[in-house]
Parts: sequence; C-alpha cells; structure tokens
Amino acid sequence: MLLYILRRLVLLLPVLLGLTLLLFIVARILPGDPVGLAAGPNATPELIAQMKRELGLDQPLPVQYWDYLTGLVSGDWGMSVFTRRPVFADIVEYLPATIELVFASLFIAVVIGIPLGLLTAVYKNGALDYATRTVALGGIAMPRFFLGLLLQMAFAAWLDVLPLSGRYPLIESPPDHVTGLYTIDAVIAGDWYAFQIALSHLALPAIAMALSPLATIMRMMRASTIEVLQQDYVMTERALGLSNRLILFKYVLKNAMTSTLTVIGLYVSWLLGGTVLVETVFDWPGLGLYATQAILTQDFMPVIGVTLIIAIIYLVTMLVVDLLYGVFNPKVRYA
Amino acid sequence: MTLLDIRNLNLAMKSYEGETQILHGIDLKIERGEIWGMVGETGSGKSLTGLSVSRLVPSPPGRYVAGSIKFRGKDVLQATDREMRGLRGRHIGMIFQDPTTNLNPAFRIGTQLVDVALHAGHADPSVLGLNPGASRGDLKKAARRAAVEMLEKVGIAKAAERIHDYPHQFSGGMRQRALIAMAMIGKPDLLIADEPTTALDVSVQAQILRLIHDLVTERNIGVLLITHNLGVVAQICSHVAVMYRGRILEAGKVDDVLKRPSHSYTQALLHSVPTAHTKRGELKGLNGLMPETAA
Repeated sequence: MLLYILRRLVLLLPVLLGLTLLLFIVARILPGDPVGLAAGPNATPELIAQMKRELGLDQPLPVQYWDYLTGLVSGDWGMSVFTRRPVFADIVEYLPATIELVFASLFIAVVIGIPLGLLTAVYKNGALDYATRTVALGGIAMPRFFLGLLLQMAFAAWLDVLPLSGRYPLIESPPDHVTGLYTIDAVIAGDWYAFQIALSHLALPAIAMALSPLATIMRMMRASTIEVLQQDYVMTERALGLSNRLILFKYVLKNAMTSTLTVIGLYVSWLLGGTVLVETVFDWPGLGLYATQAILTQDFMPVIGVTLIIAIIYLVTMLVVDLLYGVFNPKVRYA
Repeated sequence: MTLLDIRNLNLAMKSYEGETQILHGIDLKIERGEIWGMVGETGSGKSLTGLSVSRLVPSPPGRYVAGSIKFRGKDVLQATDREMRGLRGRHIGMIFQDPTTNLNPAFRIGTQLVDVALHAGHADPSVLGLNPGASRGDLKKAARRAAVEMLEKVGIAKAAERIHDYPHQFSGGMRQRALIAMAMIGKPDLLIADEPTTALDVSVQAQILRLIHDLVTERNIGVLLITHNLGVVAQICSHVAVMYRGRILEAGKVDDVLKRPSHSYTQALLHSVPTAHTKRGELKGLNGLMPETAA
C-alpha cells in the first residue's frame, strides 16, 4: 500500500515536468510586454532593459527554462512583475483561502448531495424527487458567477444577513495562523466569534460554488442507488430481516459510492478552476483572484505558478480518489 | 399447530396491459421436519409462492386477491411491516439461487453474518444463547461468536479467519455455504430455499444439498425447496408439489408422486429427465412454451 502510494507519487513527476514545459512555452509565445506594462507608461528603454536583466528575461529561452526548473525545486517560483514579490510567497499566502473555499463547497455538496441522492432513489418519483430534480437542473445549468451575484443581491443587499464580499473584515485581525483556513484556525483557537465571522464570509461564495457539484453528486447518487437497490444481495438482506435504514445507509450506500466518488474527484479540479470566477465576484483573496490579476497584467510567472499548484492538488486528489475506490470496493484494493 | 398453512393463495400482478392473475388458489401445508420440494417450469410461480411466505413480493405491482398464508397460526398477509421484519431472518430463513450476487461485495462475510445474527438476537436473545434483556455489548459479542460457529457448521475451514474475508475471496460453493449460514444463524423454524444449487456445479450441488438436509433434520425445521430439478427432489425431499401455470397440479409424499404420478403433466416432467441410460433421441421434452400469462 505504502509502496503503491510512493510509486504513484514518483509517477507524478514526469507529468508535472511536461506541464511546466508546456506552460513555460505558452507563456513566452503569448504576445504582450509584461515588463513594459509593469514599468509604467513613462519608463525609459534603459529602465525596461534593466528590469529585464533583473528578471532574467534577456537570457535565451532554454536557459530561462532551466533556471526556472532549478528554481522550482528550491522553492524559487520566479518573481511576480506586478506584486514584485516571489510567486511562491504569494501562493503560500493565497492558497489557504482557495483551499478553504473549495473544500467548504465540496463539503456542502457531499454532505447534502449524497443523502438526498439516496432518499430520492428510495422515494423515486415522489415530491422530494421532483423538487430536487428541478433545483438540480437549475443548479447545473446556472453559471457560478451569476448565481454568486444573485446570492449577493438576496442575502447581502436585500436581507442584509451576510457580508457582501471579502474573507474577513479589514478592521479585525483574523485568528492565529495555524492552517491558514480561518474557520479551522478559529476552531483551533477556540474563538467562537472569529468562527462566526469567518463562516459568514465563507457562506455565499461556498454556496455559489457548491450548487452545481451538489446537483451532480445527488443525481449520480440517485442513479447508482437505484441500480444497487435492484441487486440480489439487497433482496437477501431484506429477506433476512435487516431494517431498511441499515440496508440503505450501510449496505447500499457503500456500493453506490464508487461511481459518485469519480464525480467528486473530478469536481475538485472543476472547483479549483471555478475559483477564478467566484473569487472575483466575491473579492475572495485566493489563488483565483491572484491568477486573474496576473492574467490581466500579463504577469506570467504567477500564472504558471498557480496552474502548477492547481495541477499538483488535482493529481494528489486523483491519487486519493484511486485509494478510496479500494475502501468502497474491496476488489480493487491495491497491494 | 401447522408450521405453514397456505390456503387458496391468489396473487395478481399489475402491468401496462392490466392486471394478470399469476397464482391461482395455491394450497400447501408444511409441518416441522418436512422437506417440501416445489418443482415446475420457469414462470410457473414457484418463486413467487416462496417470496409470498416472507411477503417479499413488491406491492405494487403484486396484489393478493384472495387467500391466506398462516405461519405458526398467524396470517402474514395481514401482518404489519414490523411484525414481518420480526419473522424474517428469525423465524423464516431464505436462500436464493446465485451465490455470486446474493452476498454484498463491499462487506466482509462476517459483517453480514453478524448483522443478521444481531437482528435475530434483538428479537429473541435466546437465539444467541442469552437471557432476555441482555446488553448491547453482550449481544454483539454473542453475535460474533455465533457467526464463527455457524460458518464452521456449514463447513468453512478456519472460520475464525475466513470471517474477515470479502465475498470475492470465497469460491461459489463457499459463498452458498456462507449464505446458508446467514439464513440459518437466526435459528428459523422454516427455511425457504429458492433453487439453492442451480448456479453450482454438480459435485458442489450434492455437498450443498447434504448440508441443507443435515442442518434441517438436526434442527427439525420445515423446508420449502424450490427447484426445477427432479433429481434434487428425489434425493432430499420428503414431499413434493408440482406447479404449472400458477397452480399446484399434484402434491404429496415424494414416493407417491414420483413413483405413481397421477397427473399427465407430472408424468411428462418425469420423462424429460435424462439418466445415464437415456439413449440419443429418447429424451422427451415438454411440448409448447409456457403460455403468455398476460391474456
């Protein structure tokens, strides 16, 4: 098992190497002059040339790539022309906010989607089934940023019960940094007040991102549960007197999880990519907002850095999903 | 008191073409110690009769038009869902045809056995050798012990270790043994076995039949063995009922029915069984197909 995980982790390296090369080339052949943009409209050619030298942009491309690669390994992910800070430091600062947002929405989607999927499968074509089906259709079809705007309008502007945007009030200091996830840090610090504030800011963007995966997970779970309920072993369990609750939430759930798990894994990358839109709408200081800024200013080192970190998270998630298959289906357990 | 007394059982099924009667006035009485074989072609209503005893026919589409199924004097067709659940696993054990699909692939054999044992033990702690009012912890411990014992009893070697296996680590014959263990762990009074050996190869068939025979004689319980194999009936049954198109044509002691069949259908059925001495071209099939039930 441990050996399998190690082997899978080693196999990630060539994938990441290929990705850096691809990103590097794409970033360099894009038109535009990031240095000129950063130096401002009044910069002299000498100043621009000097900045290029400082950033290493006057070197030939293979040398730049090699410098970039060796830098990556040693934690030097290049400089952001726009923030004038190391990209790695920026990512370390923005990543927790994105992680918090992504996993909060995934949590909402899983915790609500799976039980709803089970119940709508059991009460097929009942009132709950029809109601959730309608909402699910809307949830899948509606763009996240639009849903985000609607939520802002309803809960922040009209009802005024949740903050419009941001992650934490500027005038207050967030809980002590442990994980960088404010809600979790607040729990660790035992600060109930900070937890409420962090959660109230997290709620709207997380819901905006959660609706689509929630709907998909629910529909997926419903379909696989209906299939599992037809299986012979469910009849045997019923014939031997096990209660419906035990059959559904223990014996059927585990069997129906396999295909839903695939969807959940895929949604991690979908959510990471989606932060670009939702973080912009909610002014959420995460990787998405950082990447958007970088793209708009043609600042390519942060773009590569963000893409790379998202790729790493995605690949690790896929590994976790593969391992979880073994939990739900003992036949595919890895030795 | 008669263990199982089915009287004038009439079952109808709804479909898009309307309601069709499937079972026409089934009468059957099973006493403790009797092993009833129920034979008939595919679609003759054998399995639905068996499922009806545990009231496992989904409704809708199923609907009992008339009749009663008295188990230990109480009509299961009138029982509440809660009462039914109390009967299942504890008083009525069931075994189905295909051992590869009837065990849950995602759970250890032991987990599945223990859950059935716990269900039976909650209803009646004496099943697990405990006094009434036994604590949860005691029930769990006893259920685990009973699971190992039962698995040993059905002939799984090193049961204490194999109980941690998943179904895919068991062979087909072992899985059917495990399913028999699940059906018998609640110490039922009646065992319904729906083609328990059809999916197994011949040598394993004989072992499984012997196992069922030994277990039911030892515990002196009633058995309804559904099969389309007359050889199986001749081997282990004391009584036999011949079904055709939702009716019981003939029923009685195995010796009487198989040696002196009175109904022409039974005779035809007997002639369609090949033996080692049957010559090419001698085997008689039954003419015609089962008629469409929806008419």
